[in-house]
Amino acid sequence: MALVQIDNVSKIYQTGEMQVKALQDVTLSIDEASFVTFVGPSGSGKTTMLNLIGCLDKPTKGKVFVDKKQVDAFDRGQRAAFRGSVLGFIFQAFNLFPVLTTYENVEYPLVMIKNESASERNEMVSKVLESVGMLNQKDKFPDQLSGGQKQRVAVARALVTQPKLVLADEPTANLDKKSAVNVIRLMRSMRDEFRTTFIFSTHDPGVMEEAEVVHTLEDGRLVRKK
Amino acid sequence: MIRIFKIALRNLMRYKRRTLLTSLLITLGLLMVILFSGLAGSFKEMMIGQITDSNLAHMQIHKKGYVSSMDTSPLNLTINQKGCKTLEKMLTENPDVEAYAPRIKLSAMLSNFTETTNVRLNAIDPDKEIKVCPDVSERMKFSGSEVPDILLRPGEIIIPEKLAAGLKIKIGGSVVLVANNKDGSVNGLNFTVAGIIESILGPQGKEGYMHIKDAQSLLRMEKPEVIEIALRIKKFDKLGDVYTDLVSALAEFKNKKGKPAFEIHTWEKLSPFSNIAKMIDIMTVSMKIIMIAIVLISILNVMMMSVYERVREIGTMSAIGTAPGRIMGLFLAEGLSLGLISTLAGNIIGILGIYILNIYKIRYSFGRMDNLLLSPTISFSELVWVSATVLLVSIFATLQPAYKASRMEPVDALGHV
Repeated sequence: MALVQIDNVSKIYQTGEMQVKALQDVTLSIDEASFVTFVGPSGSGKTTMLNLIGCLDKPTKGKVFVDKKQVDAFDRGQRAAFRGSVLGFIFQAFNLFPVLTTYENVEYPLVMIKNESASERNEMVSKVLESVGMLNQKDKFPDQLSGGQKQRVAVARALVTQPKLVLADEPTANLDKKSAVNVIRLMRSMRDEFRTTFIFSTHDPGVMEEAEVVHTLEDGRLVRKK
Repeated sequence: MIRIFKIALRNLMRYKRRTLLTSLLITLGLLMVILFSGLAGSFKEMMIGQITDSNLAHMQIHKKGYVSSMDTSPLNLTINQKGCKTLEKMLTENPDVEAYAPRIKLSAMLSNFTETTNVRLNAIDPDKEIKVCPDVSERMKFSGSEVPDILLRPGEIIIPEKLAAGLKIKIGGSVVLVANNKDGSVNGLNFTVAGIIESILGPQGKEGYMHIKDAQSLLRMEKPEVIEIALRIKKFDKLGDVYTDLVSALAEFKNKKGKPAFEIHTWEKLSPFSNIAKMIDIMTVSMKIIMIAIVLISILNVMMMSVYERVREIGTMSAIGTAPGRIMGLFLAEGLSLGLISTLAGNIIGILGIYILNIYKIRYSFGRMDNLLLSPTISFSELVWVSATVLLVSIFATLQPAYKASRMEPVDALGHV
């Protein structure tokens, strides 16, 4: 079985009396250690797709399997535990905790979710910060970092728990072109180093080129796979 | 746990002004309570001490029905010799009773040979009285500057200062006391004025003193009788318990009609100051309620704002797998830290305030008592109680915002603008 299996999934949002079909009868699978992107115009369903795979939301119809688990059947607590152990997240606006330093931001999941010992945490955080080239910035707070640096820290935070799958919703949208490509290449090199599957969304053609598999969504339907 | 509090403190410091203002408000509330408790509590304790140690004693035993008619100083409600011995035996056997003293209360006519006036007198056994009311002599003036070895000898009288001033009676002077006994016959005796006593608050605060043997002679008692037995207990804070014990012990003594022979009252039932003491207690509780309201509203407000301002951050925490309980714990730690910082500051400033009040001594008058010195103190247990209340209220005030944060759906929180 693939790492991610989406079976005939639909997601409909009810806003007042109006129904918005964010995803319609989508079926796809994503293999382990792949580097996949969802592309498409705004409102095509990219974020909804990532939310469903990331156990942040539940489908209206269909089944979502991640790491052989049917995650749409999970309750609130199970979803939180699953996200903490199997998934990593990278956000468009970086979403680093402003009161924590670079080191502490990366350490956060190990303290709050994994309960690792101090020595193990130190080893894991230092290793991943070294990999993203941010070890020399470890004592800086997020407001002392550039956009590209913040996203590198976010990548490190997503990877520190050694997740099987990292989801990134428009990770380069707030970055300049050069930083954007650098971050995507960093993610790709992390995939190579840690054998982690990366799924991200973008509508930046320059970033799309870096992906190995490109799924195109339009009006909630999967129209193309490249 | 340390990490959670570290994060909580940093989050509090994100909004320095808001945290400072809230903390200041709680600190002031706590300071207010500490100073008020210190001042009012000390005033109450001092007044109770004055009243009980100077003339009222901790408790008094009378023949049944005496207290309800005490304004007329009835002489027919006396405790006879046998009754006295029974009561003395009961009191001696009670381990909580430190001392007891017999008294006769009487009204008499006092004359300086030119003018006559009414006087209420407290006839005492000086040796026993000083054990029950150790400060009895503090309000008395004698011919020398020091209190005589024997407070009062037979043939001597100590008269209230207002009366002495009115009749122009001086220490060492002679007066005549004329009194009716319980049969209505009149008797008179000469006395030497041994001292003058200042007035004190309460029904027995304006009484003169004479020797109990003189009172028995004046009232022509064939056998020694007493009106009341005043008693002092070893631990004042056990007053209620000892009173209950003595009430049940006294219930065994019946009169010829099979009804209770004696009654016992604590100082609270005998002095109007007990109502003032209750008012002080009510005011102290009111101050504490105000403080609780300040803490509750200010922390609730701060924490609600904190949650609303950090919705995306909460969404991030939740998205990366932080358990709802941990998110709740983070916010609870924040509220508790705010309460803890304010409590520490309030305690330090409060204790400093009490210390300063003790340096600049507060003197005041109360009723006819002048130049009373107030020494504010606050007990450690009171500080612990007030601090624990603030901390508990801090947690309680944070519960709702923290619960709200923990229940946020990450997908909604992350999309919050």
